Amino acid sequence: MIRIGLIAITLVLVGCSGQTLETDDPYIAEQDLQSGYAFLTAETQALQDDPFENPGYLWVDQGAALFTSGDAQSPACAACHTAGLKGVAARYPNLDEKSGALLNLEGRINQCRTEHQGLAPLAYESDDLLSLTAYVAEQSQGLPLDISIDARTQPYIAQGRAYFLTRRGQFNLSCQQCHTETWGKQLRGDTISQGHGNGFPAYRFEWQSLGSLQRRLRVCDTGVRAEPLPYGDPSYIAVELFLATRAQDLEIETPAVRR
Amino acid sequence: MSGIRLAVPETAAKGDVIEIKALIRHPMESGFRRGSRGEVIPRDIITRFECDLDGELVFASDFHTGIAANPLTTFHMRATASGELTFRWTDQNGQVWSETTSISVT
Repeated sequence: MIRIGLIAITLVLVGCSGQTLETDDPYIAEQDLQSGYAFLTAETQALQDDPFENPGYLWVDQGAALFTSGDAQSPACAACHTAGLKGVAARYPNLDEKSGALLNLEGRINQCRTEHQGLAPLAYESDDLLSLTAYVAEQSQGLPLDISIDARTQPYIAQGRAYFLTRRGQFNLSCQQCHTETWGKQLRGDTISQGHGNGFPAYRFEWQSLGSLQRRLRVCDTGVRAEPLPYGDPSYIAVELFLATRAQDLEIETPAVRR
Repeated sequence: MSGIRLAVPETAAKGDVIEIKALIRHPMESGFRRGSRGEVIPRDIITRFECDLDGELVFASDFHTGIAANPLTTFHMRATASGELTFRWTDQNGQVWSETTSISVT
């Protein structure tokens, strides 16, 4: 009984410090920057590297089919984007020129659907949206992330950075504590990665499926026993942007294979 | 929604041993898992994979619940004659997905 009481007091004390630590630097030194690929076993790396065996290409194939299918009412994506979309994924999340809103690749695809194709937006994490996103991002495979950091994107980067530095959940952990301060060490059977999103949408063994970066963020939030945000939440898009600036110069690996 | 990917050499010399790879998109739900409300997620698996060369069976495999989603099958065969290779996956309910490719043996 006394022991339970002590644990309860400890939890309450730990739970009090929910503030952002603004002095912390969430960025990783350039010479230490490593993609999640570096933390995989040789077998998993081989699976990602083989464009036939990599299961993510099942979605890329489906995305290619969706990209070229259309009719008179709703032209195919390929009808406008005749030259392909090489390099585009490296610049997302990005600001929408017209509305000024921050869009990730999924949001940009849905904007095209509603504004130019007369179609309903696809649901987040739906098979079709994942396929299209993977198909578009795969075309930038091997190119370094190239996010424009300027006065207009700064507020969003700061928002994402604040999310990254904020302790949350019953475990009271921030993203920073694992992915900047503790990467390379063991968390049970796994090596903690640096938390980069350069391989997403990625095929995760745990999911047995392709999944978006936001799905991965929700897993991290659930992992520290915090309430995850809904898909497409502006805060998550800001986190995606912040993560991309943090992974700046890492190559896009979509569709990556992760544990 | 079913996607199939095949890796078969287009040509082969007679008598050579060639590598064949076949990948299909399938959830391979084992039936042992439970959902967030504790309900059993029903089993949904492919139970049989077969490969024919012009109707003659060259490779077959029985799948059970331990096979992961999106099963990849790699096997080797000796190239004996040109023909049509047919790959066929059958699930527990008898639904069949198949894909055909040709190989030329010289």
